Amino acid sequence: MSDRPLSPHLQVYRWQITMVLSILHRITGVALAVGTLLLMWWLIAAAAGPEAFDLAQAFVGGWFGRLLLFGWTVALFYHLCNGVRHLLWDAGWGFEIPQVYASGWAVLVIAALLSVASWVAGYAALI
Amino acid sequence: MAEFTLPKNSKIVDGKTWPAPNGATNTKTFKVYRWDPDDDDNPRVDSYVVDLDSCGPMVLDALIKIKNEIDSTLTFRRSCREGVCGSCAMNIDGTNTLACTKFISEVKAEARVYPLPHQPVIKDLVPDQTHFFAQYRQIEPWLKADSPAPERERLQSVEDREKLDGLYECILCACCSTSCPSYWWNSDRYLGPAILLQAYRWISDSRDEAAGERLDELEDPFRLYRCHTIMNCTRTCPKGLNPAKAIAAIKQQMLARRV
Repeated sequence: MSDRPLSPHLQVYRWQITMVLSILHRITGVALAVGTLLLMWWLIAAAAGPEAFDLAQAFVGGWFGRLLLFGWTVALFYHLCNGVRHLLWDAGWGFEIPQVYASGWAVLVIAALLSVASWVAGYAALI
Repeated sequence: MAEFTLPKNSKIVDGKTWPAPNGATNTKTFKVYRWDPDDDDNPRVDSYVVDLDSCGPMVLDALIKIKNEIDSTLTFRRSCREGVCGSCAMNIDGTNTLACTKFISEVKAEARVYPLPHQPVIKDLVPDQTHFFAQYRQIEPWLKADSPAPERERLQSVEDREKLDGLYECILCACCSTSCPSYWWNSDRYLGPAILLQAYRWISDSRDEAAGERLDELEDPFRLYRCHTIMNCTRTCPKGLNPAKAIAAIKQQMLARRV
């Protein structure tokens, strides 16, 4: 009995938007928690004095720091939009498969637009 | 804890490629999961070439043809061949469905046929569903009523009867439960979409008087709340039912009785 093999699962199951968006929700949730550590470091550095803040600011403002921040923005907006989708489900709305697909694509598009828009707004404020 | 890879004894190795039928022009290759409990080998995937000109339209027809004409050791469950018994549930072309209602023409160039995912395999395409049906037993799927039985049957209004539409049609094929990643990782304690849909079928039945107890039994971080609305269940149900919606309705009733 115990030596029975386990049938394949992730190895054979066709990736579809339902499960992809679900695992993305969890991944972005973890990414947001990690990103918050970066934010904490930046805030603590600001409280610690000009030298610490310059170091943090140089990292966050550098190309790698900006890349991380951009990823954090994308994760934030995706998690936010998909969170609203989950709220609607919890309210009993949107369970038919065409609605699930429509809301899923809507989340992806809106999250992308909000991410780009926030960075455009950010750079526009610098000019 | 979720294990994303297969255990060592479950890793799939290359299998046998059976010769194509002579003279056939309209053929399709079926790649079928094989595992034999009588030897110590790992599971493998065998390739069969089926002559579609002398084969019925469904994947089940092709499997029966393979068993009859190419390899009689191929093992799978089947019975009604019309989508009401649920025996031939399997993973075809990456999603779970019934082989008897899945058209061969809907499947891509090479048809990949595996057992229902993340289940112990008895042989080839036959999974061990002991645990699945034990979970069904756990929700006590029968009418429970304390009020004295009427002289004839317990009556139900047309409106109350309609509340069971979309629930009573479930044939317990386990396609939905075994499509659910949450069930893959937590099936020891999470009941899974099929069983929860069945639970909701009894909770919604106007003749049943045990809805409160049934909800008590489900009020558990795992049994019910491992559903994360992934929606693979509804996406794959071969009967077009909506287990995710039924689970959401249970969650709403949980909330409603608290406030």
